[in-house]
Amino acid sequence: MQSSGSPSRSRHRVTGSEPIGPYTLLRLERGGLEPGVPGQFFMLEAPGRLLPRPFSLCLAPPGELAFLVDPIGPGTQALCELRPGDEIAVLGPLGHGYRLDVERPLLVGGGIGIAPLPYLAEHLGGSPPVALGFRSEEHAQAAALLPGAEVVVDPVLVTELIDPGLDVLACGPEPMLRAVAAMCPEAQLAWEAPMACGYGACYGCVVEIDGQLKRLCLEGPVLEGHRLIGHVRCQTPGMSGTAVSA
Amino acid sequence: MRILNASGCLDALAAPEVARRLDAFVTKTVTPLPREGSAPPRIAETAHGMLNAIGLANPGRDRFLAEHLPRLRELELPLWVSAGGFCADDYAETCSRLSGIEAIELNLSCPNVDEAADSAAEIVAACRRATELPLYAKLSAAHPDVAEVGRAVAAAGADGLSLINTLRGVALDRQLRPVLARGSGGLSGPSLKPIALHAVTVCREATGLPIVGMGGIESGRDALEFVACGARDVALGTVLFADPGAPERVRAELAVAYAEVGVATPEDARALAKSPETVRKVPA
Repeated sequence: MQSSGSPSRSRHRVTGSEPIGPYTLLRLERGGLEPGVPGQFFMLEAPGRLLPRPFSLCLAPPGELAFLVDPIGPGTQALCELRPGDEIAVLGPLGHGYRLDVERPLLVGGGIGIAPLPYLAEHLGGSPPVALGFRSEEHAQAAALLPGAEVVVDPVLVTELIDPGLDVLACGPEPMLRAVAAMCPEAQLAWEAPMACGYGACYGCVVEIDGQLKRLCLEGPVLEGHRLIGHVRCQTPGMSGTAVSA
Repeated sequence: MRILNASGCLDALAAPEVARRLDAFVTKTVTPLPREGSAPPRIAETAHGMLNAIGLANPGRDRFLAEHLPRLRELELPLWVSAGGFCADDYAETCSRLSGIEAIELNLSCPNVDEAADSAAEIVAACRRATELPLYAKLSAAHPDVAEVGRAVAAAGADGLSLINTLRGVALDRQLRPVLARGSGGLSGPSLKPIALHAVTVCREATGLPIVGMGGIESGRDALEFVACGARDVALGTVLFADPGAPERVRAELAVAYAEVGVATPEDARALAKSPETVRKVPA
């Protein structure tokens, strides 16, 4: 159910682009694409750039796929400048998403790591509790995507809202994910790494998984925290990621 | 003209459907011992290309032969195995243990290992003694005279050339730190095309050997330019990352590219690229 199947790009029209705080919610015509499992990702063509950028699906309204974009580099800026009627190539869904067979879910997001949580909450159903952390009030406007979420802003950390007895499903910056994994080794974390292809071809996205360098696009991007502890080196804020793409 | 992948730019076991779009699949380079490869970050996008420092990550010769090669054979695709190492014997031993594949590509030019290898010609000569399979020498355009290297490996028994490998480069982040953990990496993508076209041109003239041309091919027009410079076949690398459908697309575009130029055969294309109007001598 969560395999990449036969990787082929298809072109999709932009149907909308709306600001949410400093982020942009980019809506694309769904066409023949499956929305996939929450936490899986799509490679979006970044106009004018050589490589596509990975994004987890944020929302799946009827006939559309929506992605939350943080304009932190040339590729993500180009994506934020797209207007309705423009077209980009899309590949996906790719990788392995969240396991949904959890009894007491708690969704935890940090910054742009909020991206996969609205679609995840929809799949889990029953309005699961959500804890979000942002670095500023402006960024925290994105919490509007998850009505009812508990929200903290720097210097308060989202980990202060976590009950380690719950089944944590998280996405966010690496220091946050490390802190979550230390509290809840079984937590499901949407990890990120610079990624050129998304389907196992480039060998660029390796992280230390189960003590070995493995391709995140094939093994993850969602992994249990204990499989990632001991990760060799902090990723520099780089070109791309499943939640944060430059 | 056949379309292959550039070694290391596709995992046929992870994406068999993409591999089946090719006329032959070239493996990632196999070294005698397993290599975990470089620490991340391993890739960086540049203005018109990308850097990679994968570091020849591979399962090693024994495991490749025992586990990976049998699974690759199940794809029923013509297979090329890329062989690497750190001395001529490393390469020759790998060659002697390979059979039932279409060709061996000798990676004589990985930019992401520090160990100095024996000379390209010594390695090719040792491999020639070790196998009767076709041997393609993959060369770097970083050598000041790539045609000279081409001549040397041809004399040592190479059956063909793969041109070119990536070229070393560095990318810095906003804080001026190298993006890649390794510091430098191999530059690929459109930046390489003019350099690769030159290498193909001069190596074809110097050796007459069949050449697999690669370096920044994104379209059928790009492929035709390699053919015009003397490549018999082409390989796709970086373009596969963005577009796994590139083999079929490039094949379809190639026919259009021929028609747009108004030629029908590789020989016609080559004649244009070699015509006196296009090759001008610099006055002494």
